[in-house]
Amino acid sequence: MKKVYLGTTHFKEANEMVRAALVEADTVELEDVFAQRYLGCAMAAGKRLEIHGTPGNDMACYMDGGSIEVFGNAQDQIGNTMNAGEVVVHGRCGDAAGYAMRGGAVFVRDDCGWRVGINMKQYQEKVPAIVIGGNAGNFLGEYMAGGIIVLMGQPGEYLACGMHGGIIFLAHRPDERLIAEGLVCEPVTEEGKALLRPLLEQYNAHFAEDLEAPIDESGETFWELRPATARPYASMYAN
Amino acid sequence: MLDYVLPRYRVMRDADLCTSCGVCVRTCANEVHQLDEETGRLSVRNGACVNCQRCVLTCPEQAIVITRWPQVDSGSANWTQETMQDISKQAQTGAVLLSSMGTPKPYPIYWDHLLLNASQVTNPSIDPLREPMETRVFLGSRPEILKVNERDEKVFAPLPPQLRLDVPLMFSAMSFGSISLNAQKALALAARELGTFFNCGEGGLHQDLEEFADCCIVQVASGRFGVNPHYLGVAGAIEIKIGQGAKPGIGGHLPGEKITAEVSRTRMIPQGTDAISPAPHHDIYSIEDLRQLVFSLKEATGYAKPIAVKVAAVHNVAAIASGMARAGADIIVLDGFRGGTGAAPKRIRDNVGIPIELALAAVDQRLREESIRSTVSLVAGGSIRNSADIVRAIALGADAVSCASAPLIAMGCHQCKDCSSGKCNWGIATQRPDLTRRLKPEAAAERVVNLVRAWTREIEEMMGGMGINAIDSLRGNRLMLRGVGLNEKELEILGVKYAGE
Amino acid sequence: MFDSKGPREGEVRIPSGCAIAAIMDRSGNRHDGSDILKSIALMHDRSNGLGGGFAAYGIYPEYKELYAFHIMYESREARAETEAYLDRFFMSEKQERIPTESVAAIKNPPDIWRYFVAPHPMRLANSGLDEAEYTMQHVFHINGKIDGAFVASSGKNMGAFKGVGYPEDIGEFYRIQDYDAWAWTAHGRFPTNTPGWWGGAHPFTLLNWSVVHNGEISSYDANRRYVEQFGYDCELQTDTEVITYLIDLLARRHGFSQEMAAHIMAAPSWEEIDRMAPERAAFETALRTVYSSALVNGPFSIIVGSDEGLLALNDRLKLRALMAAEKGSMVYMASEQAAIELVCPDAENVRSIEGGVPFVVQLDSVAARRARESAENCPAREKPFRHEVEVHPRRKERSHA
Repeated sequence: MKKVYLGTTHFKEANEMVRAALVEADTVELEDVFAQRYLGCAMAAGKRLEIHGTPGNDMACYMDGGSIEVFGNAQDQIGNTMNAGEVVVHGRCGDAAGYAMRGGAVFVRDDCGWRVGINMKQYQEKVPAIVIGGNAGNFLGEYMAGGIIVLMGQPGEYLACGMHGGIIFLAHRPDERLIAEGLVCEPVTEEGKALLRPLLEQYNAHFAEDLEAPIDESGETFWELRPATARPYASMYAN
Repeated sequence: MLDYVLPRYRVMRDADLCTSCGVCVRTCANEVHQLDEETGRLSVRNGACVNCQRCVLTCPEQAIVITRWPQVDSGSANWTQETMQDISKQAQTGAVLLSSMGTPKPYPIYWDHLLLNASQVTNPSIDPLREPMETRVFLGSRPEILKVNERDEKVFAPLPPQLRLDVPLMFSAMSFGSISLNAQKALALAARELGTFFNCGEGGLHQDLEEFADCCIVQVASGRFGVNPHYLGVAGAIEIKIGQGAKPGIGGHLPGEKITAEVSRTRMIPQGTDAISPAPHHDIYSIEDLRQLVFSLKEATGYAKPIAVKVAAVHNVAAIASGMARAGADIIVLDGFRGGTGAAPKRIRDNVGIPIELALAAVDQRLREESIRSTVSLVAGGSIRNSADIVRAIALGADAVSCASAPLIAMGCHQCKDCSSGKCNWGIATQRPDLTRRLKPEAAAERVVNLVRAWTREIEEMMGGMGINAIDSLRGNRLMLRGVGLNEKELEILGVKYAGE
Repeated sequence: MFDSKGPREGEVRIPSGCAIAAIMDRSGNRHDGSDILKSIALMHDRSNGLGGGFAAYGIYPEYKELYAFHIMYESREARAETEAYLDRFFMSEKQERIPTESVAAIKNPPDIWRYFVAPHPMRLANSGLDEAEYTMQHVFHINGKIDGAFVASSGKNMGAFKGVGYPEDIGEFYRIQDYDAWAWTAHGRFPTNTPGWWGGAHPFTLLNWSVVHNGEISSYDANRRYVEQFGYDCELQTDTEVITYLIDLLARRHGFSQEMAAHIMAAPSWEEIDRMAPERAAFETALRTVYSSALVNGPFSIIVGSDEGLLALNDRLKLRALMAAEKGSMVYMASEQAAIELVCPDAENVRSIEGGVPFVVQLDSVAARRARESAENCPAREKPFRHEVEVHPRRKERSHA
C-alpha cells in the first residue's frame, strides 16, 4: 500500500503521481483529495484506489477492471463509460454517474444526482450495475439500453425516459404517473430477484460499518421496471 | 385505404433491347423488377424504385432508363409535388420523415461563387510535374512560439502529437452499421495507401480493421458505442463528435434491424436493439465540460494522440469554435449543413445549420482575431465535391478537409438518399450479406485512391498556377479567391474581394 | 503637395518588381553614400522612376540611444497632429527638417522631418509593453490614424531615405553622400501602376529593421493573416511590409536568430527533411509545423538591415537573382553582379545567394557577442523589460522651442 497526498494539486500532476504510485503498489491510498478529475481513469484490474476527500468529476472514467473506494462524497460523472471494475462511495454522488457504462458496478451509500445511469448499456457477459442507497434525481436511467439500476429511495421525475434495455429495481412502487408509456412496472420476479439479491448483499457488505442495520437482502418487496420493447421508436420514422 | 403517395421514378425498359436475362431482378434489393416465372415476362414496381441506378448500370443490354415520375404537379409554386407527397406520407404514417445523404434543396453553394487566382507576369506559375509541390499537412495543436536550441538543432519540448496527412484530405466519420464493413475497409485501405486517415464513426472499430488503427480516427459520440480503453488506445487520433452537419442538435438512431451480430459486437450492444445516441453528450452541458471530456481522453491515452472535436456548422459557430480551442481541442472539425448522413429526419437535414463556406470563413477569422488560429488545426467538411472545393476551403482557412460522399460515390453510391432503408444495392449503406458482398474492399479502395490521387494532382496544378509550391502558403490565403454573384455581406463574411477588385 | 492620382498602397495591393543593393563594413567603419548610389544607379532599368530609397545604419551616433523617427508630412495639419501625438507619448531630444537638395526629377516632395525621441517613461511603464513594442504600436498609430503623416523609419541610429523617383535622384535629393553609415541598403522600384506616394517607396522599415525586396510573393495573404493575429497592421498591403513583420515576429518577439528566422521563412522541403537524420528531421518538422504560415512562397529576394548587420535571402526555388561579394571587411550585395563590380572592381568571393539559404553578414562585434550567447531562443515576452532593469541615460533638457 502506498499513500499519496493530493491537496489541491492539479489533476494532470495528481494523476501522474497516482499512476506512478500504482506502478509500485497495487493499492494506493489518496489523502486530502480535492476535486482532482479522472482518478482511476482507465485503471486496469488488480489495481485499487482508496480515496479520502472529495474526488473530482469523471472518477473511474473508462475504468477497465480496477476498484475505487471513496470515503466521502463523489462529484459528477463517476464511472463515465466504465468498462469493468467497482466503485464504492461512502456518501452521495453527483449527476450522470455511470453515463454509458458498459460493465462493472457502482455502489453509492446515499443519494445520487440527476441522470444517473444515463445510456447505460450491456453486452454479452458485461452487465453493469448501479446501486443507490438513497434517493435519485430526475431522469434516472434515461436512454437506458442495458444493465441494472437498484434504487432504495425515491426516484425523481422523468424516470427511465427512453429506456429500451436493462432493468431498474425500485424499493418502492413509483407513482403511476412516473411509469412512462413503453415501460412496464411489476413486482419483482424470481429472475429479477436472482439479479437483485447479490447486489443488495454487496451493498450491505460495502457499507456494513456505515449502516445502523443492514438492509433486507431478500429483495422481496422490490418492483422492477422494464421497457416493453427494445425498439421503442420502431414506428416513429418513415422513409 | 388508398395510398396517396405517388412513385418518384418511372423505370423504362426498352423491349427491343431487353433479353429478359434477369440481371435487374437479381440486382435490385427493392424488388422493383419482377419476373413472372410462368410467362417469363418482366414487370416493374415503379413505386419501389429509389433511383440507385444499379440496374441501369448492370443491365448488359443498356435496356433500362429511369426517369422522374411524369405526373404534373398542382401548378402551384407553393404546394409543390414534393411538399404534398410529404404531407401524404405523414398523414398515412404519423411518422417523422427520414431521409439520407446531404440536403438536395437548392441552397446557395458558395464554392461555386469563389473563383481561383493564377499568376500572370508579376510572378511565375510553377509547373507541378517538373518542380516540387508540397501537399503534406500536419494536424494537431501547436505552441504559438517554438523554443529551440539553434546550435544543437533541437526543440526544447516535443510538439504535441500531430497527425501527418500526405494529402490535405481525410475521410469523414461513417460508422459500421450506417455503412458496411466492406465499405469501411475500402476507406481504411485507401487511407493507408494515400497517407491519410479514415474515421470509424461512433459505432466502434471492427476487429478486422484494427490492423488499420494507425490511420484510423476513432469517434467518441454521445452513445459511447464501442468505447473502451483498448479502442481509444489503438487509434491514431480520437474525435469527439458533438454534432454532424446534416443533423445538428439531434442524436443518432440506428434501428434495431441494422444491429446484426457483427455490428452488435463492434458497438458492444445486444443484437436487434435500437442503438440510440443521446442528443447531447450527457457529460457536456457547457463549454468547460468539453474540456473535461477532452482531457479525460488525453488522460486515458497518455497525451499521446490528438483529440479532435467535431461540430455541426450552426449560427454561433465562430464563438463555439473559439471555445473549443480553449477547451483543449487539438483539431476543430466543422461540418457544414450540406453534408451527408446515413439517416436524418428530413426536416432537420433540410433546415438546420449553415453552409460550411460561411462557417469556415467565420471560424478562421475569429480564431485569428483571438490570436489562436496557429495553435489549433481546422478541418472543414460537409459537401466537398472536387479538388477545387478543397483549394477554396484551404484558401478560406482550413488546414485540411474531410469528405465522405465523394469517396462513397467513387465506390458506387448514386446519391439515391435511401441509405436508411438498409437496402443499398451498391453494398455500401447496408448490412445485408447478399448486398455487402457486392462491394469488394480492394477494388473499391482502388477507385477511392484513384479519385484522391487525381484530386491531388489537380490541387497541385491549381497551386502551381498561383505560384504556390507548399499548401502551407495556400492556407487562409483569401487573396487567391474572388467572389462572383455574392452580396457585400457574403463577401464580408467570406473575407474575399469581388472579381475585378 | 502630393500627386494623389489613383489609389495608394494600402488602398489596393500593387505588385512591383525591383532592383536591390547593399554595402556593409563588418568592422563597423562608416562610409558615405556615394558607392551605394552608384551601385543602385547602374540597375536603372530594373526600376521605373516610381520609387527609390536607401536605409543607412550608424548615421546618428550622437543620438544612438534614441529612436530616430523620419516622418513625411503631406500637410501642416498632419505635422501639427503628429507632433502633438509624439509629445504625449515620447520625449523629444531634437527635431528638425531633414536637409534635402532640389532635384529636377523629383516632383512634389512631402515635408520630411526627423525626431530623436525616447518613450515617455511613465506612459511606457503604464503600457505594460517593452520599449520596442511601445514604439511600434505608436508608429502603427501614426501611419494608420493620422491622415497625411507617414513614419518612414523609426529605428535607433539608422534612417530610411526614400521617395517617388529613380533611386539615384532620391539619393541626391536626400544628400546621402553627407551621411556616414556602416551599412547601406538601396532599392529601385518597378510598381505596376502609379500611386506616386512617397510612403509607399522602399526600404520598408520598422524599429531597427529595414527591408528591400524584389519579387512578388504568392503567400502574401497567408503571411498577412498570420502576422495580423499578433498586432501587426498590414496597412500598405505590400510584400515588403509583411516580410518585415514576419522577421520582427520571429527574430524580435520569438527570439530566433535572424538566420533561423530566414530559415523558417524559406524552410527546407519535406523531401529534404525526409532525407535527414531522425533528430534533425524532428527539429525541422517542428519548425515547419509551428511556423507553417510563416513560410514565404513565390519569387523573392530580400536584404534585411538591422543593428546586427545584413541578412539576404532568396526564395526556395530561387526565382530571383541576388549576388554577393566580399573585399576585406566589406560585403556587397546586388540584384546584378555588375552593380557590385562597379564599386568594387577587385571583389572576392563573388557568388550568387542560393535559394532558401540565408546569407548572414554580422558586424564583427555582433558576431563575437552572438558566439558567446546561448543558442536558445528567448521570446521577448519572457525577457524582463529593458526599461525596468536598466537606468535610462540622462537626457539633455528638451531644446526645441
